[in-house]
Amino acid sequence: MARRSKRNVAIVATGQTDHRSKRPDVNIVEMINEAVRRCLDDAHMTMEDIDGVVIGNMEHFEGIFFTEMWSVDGAGSFLKHGMKITTGGTTGSSLALAGYYHVASGLFDTVMTIGWEKQSEGETTAGLIFQADPLWERATMSGAIGSFAASATAYMHKYGITEEQAAKVAVKNRKNALNNPHAHLKLDLTVEQVLKSKMLAYPIKMLDMCPTSDGACAMIFASEEKAKKISQNPAWVIAGVTRHDQPFGGDLEMVANLRTLRSATEEAYKIAGIKEPLRDLDVAELYEPCTFAELSWYEAAGFCGPGEGGKLIDSGATYMDGELPVNPSGGVLSTNCIGATAMIRVAEAAIQVMGKGGKRQVPNVNRSLATGFGGSWWSDVMILSRTP
Amino acid sequence: MADRVGIVGVYQTKYESRKIFDSYPELVFEVSSKVLEETGLAIEDMDQIVTNSQDFWDGRTISNRTVSEACGSVLRAESKVAMDGSFAVFYAAMRILSGCYDSCLLVSHCKMSEGSPHLINNAMFDPLYQRILGFDELATCAMQAKRYMYKYGITEEQCAQVAVKNLQNGKKNPYPHRAMDVTVGQVMSSGMLADPIKALDAYPITDGACAMILAIEEKARKWSPKPVWITGIASRLDSFYLGDRDLAEVASLELAAKKAYNMAGVTNPRQEIDLVELSDFYSYQELLWLEGMGFCQRGKAGEMIEKGITALNGELPVNPSGGILSGNPVTVAGAVRVAEAALQLMGKAGQHQVEGAKRGLAQGHCGPCGQGQCVIILERGV
Repeated sequence: MARRSKRNVAIVATGQTDHRSKRPDVNIVEMINEAVRRCLDDAHMTMEDIDGVVIGNMEHFEGIFFTEMWSVDGAGSFLKHGMKITTGGTTGSSLALAGYYHVASGLFDTVMTIGWEKQSEGETTAGLIFQADPLWERATMSGAIGSFAASATAYMHKYGITEEQAAKVAVKNRKNALNNPHAHLKLDLTVEQVLKSKMLAYPIKMLDMCPTSDGACAMIFASEEKAKKISQNPAWVIAGVTRHDQPFGGDLEMVANLRTLRSATEEAYKIAGIKEPLRDLDVAELYEPCTFAELSWYEAAGFCGPGEGGKLIDSGATYMDGELPVNPSGGVLSTNCIGATAMIRVAEAAIQVMGKGGKRQVPNVNRSLATGFGGSWWSDVMILSRTP
Repeated sequence: MADRVGIVGVYQTKYESRKIFDSYPELVFEVSSKVLEETGLAIEDMDQIVTNSQDFWDGRTISNRTVSEACGSVLRAESKVAMDGSFAVFYAAMRILSGCYDSCLLVSHCKMSEGSPHLINNAMFDPLYQRILGFDELATCAMQAKRYMYKYGITEEQCAQVAVKNLQNGKKNPYPHRAMDVTVGQVMSSGMLADPIKALDAYPITDGACAMILAIEEKARKWSPKPVWITGIASRLDSFYLGDRDLAEVASLELAAKKAYNMAGVTNPRQEIDLVELSDFYSYQELLWLEGMGFCQRGKAGEMIEKGITALNGELPVNPSGGILSGNPVTVAGAVRVAEAALQLMGKAGQHQVEGAKRGLAQGHCGPCGQGQCVIILERGV
């Protein structure tokens, strides 16, 4: 059981690249530098003011060993503390949690976290297949699409979730992305267009799936004393929880019960004093790798009962004007630079609390939720608040 | 540090050049279950797990995914540090100091025998400008050794003396696999790998794992009669390109040591530290790191080894365990330095025990030519 940190920690700034499918104009460290500069500008700070950097990505995607070393040049963090945390899809949220722990420990006052991926310089599916056991699992591993197709089919079968309900998630999130200057896919779609898009693996169609993106995200975590000086309205971290699961796919419960997310959100809600998430949270940024996943995650995060994810999207509760807007940024369906993806969830949740969301701002946000997904169906959860 | 973190138990596999009968989850299970057993604890007593491994060495994307059952992280909090093990110890300690968790099981593993050192270490260099030069760890460390020897007059014989000392110390330690009695002449004629590094100046390919239990002061005292306290801890990363640094003076190590000493209240390391476990992937590194950490003036570490100051029975024993030269895997190496220093301070180091050791230093590094450095000060529990 995790507790809240002894020292208050806040997110005081965020910076993102404008995510694209290919960024041939920059190399990896130049791309990181873009996010770092934007983050420092957001805080009106320079690298001089930062005590240390925590960085991560999927090393096999670009084939760079020790990226934390090369990226010192991109971050401009010469002779500062540095650390690399990598946990697959949850890397970005693991980094955000690491930023929180760094400052909460009392050993650091200001820490920058950086998540990045340049998927155009590697082969994502090959990289993903390499996570499977070489003897028992690799021959049947088909990257992300196959495993989501299997779980989506089971989810539909068990609860009667429809392809139309899933398609609504694609329409909602891509439309939200129209308001996000950083988003990669900004599309004004209809449910029919999603249903008619190319079948990848039943029931997952092209527009049900997240893209592959090039991009980076940086954030600054600060102690209470520093945070109050840097920002008038920082986003306080009031809960952080991680749950990992079994290594083999066959041992996992993939259907409508992401048990790591259920367990992690239950604990996080307890720490943050949240009783009814749908009512008590004002906005959520969920790591939805495909449309079906968002519906299933609603259930695991306690926004509705088991099997009610389809009904929840039908009710409009998770749209921008609904009771709990989910993924105002456009979510993972609109942007997926993997090592940054889960950090973008935390950054966007912080942006909402700080009131810096521009056209994607949800009014009067007091508490926001961010989740990370990855590994073998692992989850990270962070809850942010306007007050410490 | 207002709160203190203590190390209450450590466990290592026997290190071997090729563990053909154990997969790495099996190595992780061995050290995780044994460290809990030896300290009389259950996995339920651990609030969280920090793992330490490299996707590149494991040949697996998300290398910590494979070991979740083995380290007991199913439906629990776990995270992975993909650097040298000393940085993983740093992260585990800071997660405890945050107040979010009271305890931590830390597990580090690597099976070097399953990877290609040249290909893996070549991948740490810039893909556009440096990889095509054929750079790997060995080649660039040889350049660093040359620069250090040129600038300060350190000799190949002095480096060989480090190998002689460490390989001999290793014979008293049951875990490493390449310990031996060897002469300076034998090291000098052991076969050139990359001038001036000879075979016995370089660490051997090694498989193994190391686990450790860390806890906040209150729990540490409950769980162990003699916990070892972390009283200073710091890391620094230098610039990436070798041409941007003076390789004979590792600025990141100097700054990390200064910060760690400051935290621990150490003003004269030579007088106030009783033993050092440092990361000697190559023999010259022991000398260069000793200078960087202020145990002697620049260029004077050669004299230290010649005078026997760093011998097991010397004034400042360095690598009584036999060090990495005797055989520890990369990544795990830094965790082993901390574990070995902790064993010394617990009085459990057996035949290589430094009598009366009260304060020890563990150092780890990773990246090209020691770009990233981590220094940890440990003190005997009272």
